[in-house]
Amino acid sequence: MSTPSTTRIVGANVPRKEGVDKLLGRACYVDDIDRDGMWHGATVRSSIPRGLIRSIAFDRRIDWSEFAIVTAADIPGENCIQLIVADQPCLADGKVNHCEEAILLLAHPDKHKLREAVGAVQIEYEPLQPIFTIEESERQDVAVWGADNLLKSFLLEKGDVDSAWAHAARIIEGEYRTGAQEHLYIENQGVIAEYSAESGVTVWGSLQCPYYVFKALRAVFDLPEDKVRVIQTETGGAFGGKEDYPSTLACHAALLAMKSGHPVKMVYDRMEDLAATTKRHPSCVRHRTAVDRNGKLLAMEIDLAADGGAYATLSSTVLSRATLHSTGPYVCPNIRLHARSWATNYVPYGAFRGFGAPQAIFAMERHMDEIAAAIGIDPIELRRRNFLHVGDTNATEQLMREPVILDQLLDRALKESDYHARRAQFARENPASPVKRGMGIAAFYHGSGFTGSGEVYLNSLGGIDVMPDGKVRVLVSNTEFGQGTNTILTQIAAEALGIDYADVTMAAPDTGVVPNSGPTVASRTSMVIGRIIERACSQLLELLREHAGLGATYTPAEFFAACERYRALHGEVVSLCRYEAPPGIVWDDQRYHGEAYGAYAWAVYVAQVAVDTVTYSAEVEDFWAVQEVGRVLHPVLAAGQIEGGIAQGIGYALYEKVVWQDGRMANNQMTNYIMPTAEDVPPIHVSFEEIPFQFGGFGAKGLGELPHDGPAPAILNAIRDATGVAFNSIPLLPEDLYLGLAAAQPAEETAAR
Amino acid sequence: MSTNESATSSKRWPAIRFNVNSEARIVKVPPMKRLLDVLREDLHLTGTKEGCGEGECGSCSIRMNGELVNSCLVPVLQVEGADIQTVEGLALDGALHPLQEAFLCHGGAQCGICTPGMLMAAAQLLERSPNPDMPQIREALAGNLCRCTGFIRIFESVAAAVDAQSASPATKLTTEQMHHAR
Ligand code: FES
Ligand code: FES
Repeated sequence: MSTPSTTRIVGANVPRKEGVDKLLGRACYVDDIDRDGMWHGATVRSSIPRGLIRSIAFDRRIDWSEFAIVTAADIPGENCIQLIVADQPCLADGKVNHCEEAILLLAHPDKHKLREAVGAVQIEYEPLQPIFTIEESERQDVAVWGADNLLKSFLLEKGDVDSAWAHAARIIEGEYRTGAQEHLYIENQGVIAEYSAESGVTVWGSLQCPYYVFKALRAVFDLPEDKVRVIQTETGGAFGGKEDYPSTLACHAALLAMKSGHPVKMVYDRMEDLAATTKRHPSCVRHRTAVDRNGKLLAMEIDLAADGGAYATLSSTVLSRATLHSTGPYVCPNIRLHARSWATNYVPYGAFRGFGAPQAIFAMERHMDEIAAAIGIDPIELRRRNFLHVGDTNATEQLMREPVILDQLLDRALKESDYHARRAQFARENPASPVKRGMGIAAFYHGSGFTGSGEVYLNSLGGIDVMPDGKVRVLVSNTEFGQGTNTILTQIAAEALGIDYADVTMAAPDTGVVPNSGPTVASRTSMVIGRIIERACSQLLELLREHAGLGATYTPAEFFAACERYRALHGEVVSLCRYEAPPGIVWDDQRYHGEAYGAYAWAVYVAQVAVDTVTYSAEVEDFWAVQEVGRVLHPVLAAGQIEGGIAQGIGYALYEKVVWQDGRMANNQMTNYIMPTAEDVPPIHVSFEEIPFQFGGFGAKGLGELPHDGPAPAILNAIRDATGVAFNSIPLLPEDLYLGLAAAQPAEETAAR
Repeated sequence: MSTNESATSSKRWPAIRFNVNSEARIVKVPPMKRLLDVLREDLHLTGTKEGCGEGECGSCSIRMNGELVNSCLVPVLQVEGADIQTVEGLALDGALHPLQEAFLCHGGAQCGICTPGMLMAAAQLLERSPNPDMPQIREALAGNLCRCTGFIRIFESVAAAVDAQSASPATKLTTEQMHHAR
């Protein structure tokens, strides 16, 4: 591992690898691609949330002979999308479990003919009673999934919670809720598929995880590995939304390609994308916390419930991450945490940046401010008294071995935001002003990479090869969708090999070309894959020194000359490595005990808000984000990730509401699903503390998801500071503010501020 | 200037003539076809993107007779005789436009899908007011949604392009950059 002063390329703001193509408008997204003889596909979807399909009829006004029509009966393999639990059909067969569930597929050479045709397929249902809330699902009066609606549950216990209550100075309870959130990547979901009996299925698409799609296609088509190929095209944003859904869409397009004998493109329009694809899991978290007189946490009992939607998809792993982020960056000797994910009849909820952590952290960090208020301690001080330090253990009794610098992050955040002075100023100004200002804080961590034994189980394989044209290629299945995968991994390879950034390229993200280095999720790319690439580079240098006369020091020209000598001897120049777990990672999946993550990124965020008590609008006026994410490989990209995540977090807190009507998203347009615009985002001040992590790529830990964790609690804590009213549910829209402030009116008049 | 007739033209439709990136073009397509689709499908200029199809996201932004418009809302019959500029017309003679240069250096593009529209909105701003302040930059970009960047680095890129424009002309692209392929 190197220190910042000894690297040339890592740590430098090199131009984004695919940046010029994107700026010239020539980067090739899936909808920019046409294949010869290509047809277009469309989906006939369920119009009811739950029921049996009684009949399917085709209106005579359409000449159906022009169309390819696919139903579940056309599926050559298993009618199931492979993910974790095999419960989600590729096409509904006799029964639907959510609105917009795919029932039948159509393809036609002219895409403008499809809309009318979709409307001309008439489906009759026998409706069954749906479930739309976590509470109904918990009651289990109606079973919509399995025998009990329970998609997954975890129980985590530490110490002895039951005997802790007796010693408490105070016991504080609270309930916190978060809503669904749409990814709103600007490029909608889309794929192109081809099929032939000889070469099988080929899919190009906007996606995060080529090998997830590969696995899904193999099962649906019952094909061997060499007959399925998945190629990621330039991807216009994903944020988790293109982790699992593309598997379904790819299977649909490929079925149509097989049936029609033509390449088939399926690109959703915005309304279909919003209505039919995954969102962030809504949650309800109940906290019961015992503290002593000084505000030390004595016991936490947490009951976390997530709405998983109609099928299991990724709910178990989202719940796992929610569980492991529920107790915050604090020391607490006694914990009982019950987490459950419940089935309902909504479109299945899926992965979204943070993956359960934003929900859990919203509850914990909001609750910390309520504890502080209840015992009359400053919220900053309460956090400081309970922070984890090196040598402490967290909820899973993982020993903190790596540096934990929460105090330092907190001090810096307070200083940069001028927290105390601003708070004092607002306390003076608020009483006479219709606009109430406040400051709020959130302290949190985000675990990097897969949970527990997840990375060992993934067993990722990645590396580099050297092409005869004198370029090194990075061989990974990890994809670029804006976060900077291409740039970061080529920086790492160029640095480790001692060659120029321009001498390294990315191999095409094509399962026919690159090995399976796992999915591009869970903030794992820089840390886990970066480390694999770094090791593969060292391994290649050793080979070249041993077998091709590479000197102890060398120029890039000497490096490539040695590669050619090696090629002459061995045919190819390639170096692959498998994931190696850092030492001491022991995880017990049954007890949820041990090393939950190889590393944690740590952060303290501060929000300044203004609440207008005339218009009931809340605005974030300023935002500070201080974090420790290991080594920062590319400062501009890293800050861009943090800022983008914070903007999404602001939307999560104050703007973005999915409106449901009988199980269907009613506001499935950009006109009425509102994300923050250029005029809504505040100045965002990003700072990093850097402590290189020795088992991450050039010292990196994960950072992509971290910034979505902190904004919502920091903002709602700031609103509490501004108004004296605790709001415990997001999104918090003006009508919610109005109701909350109106209800609190009498209390507020007697309050001190 | 060359005159290219769209390959997918059909005799059934009247010819519509307009300039795209200083090139005269003729298309024979249904007059209500969206300009966005004509650019992408008939003229194969796929740099202009569709994000919403209803005038909300700005990723289809182009310039038409010096105005910024959402090409998803414009039926092609309205462009008869118009001058259209798309992202493909920003970089000229092998040089990145100062805005493109600035977006590249300052992290203004992440996934890149909003970028063509964002560049056109920014280009429009710089033509109207060569020295915009931050509120003007924010206002000018308010019709263009970016889900990746949180806008901060886009603002910085535009501000940097303003500085660069007053300082030096655009740099030539290296051959490697122009022919860069993944
Ligand atoms: S596609 Fe035209 S504004 Fe969104
Ligand atoms: S860079 Fe991805 S939407 Fe703007």
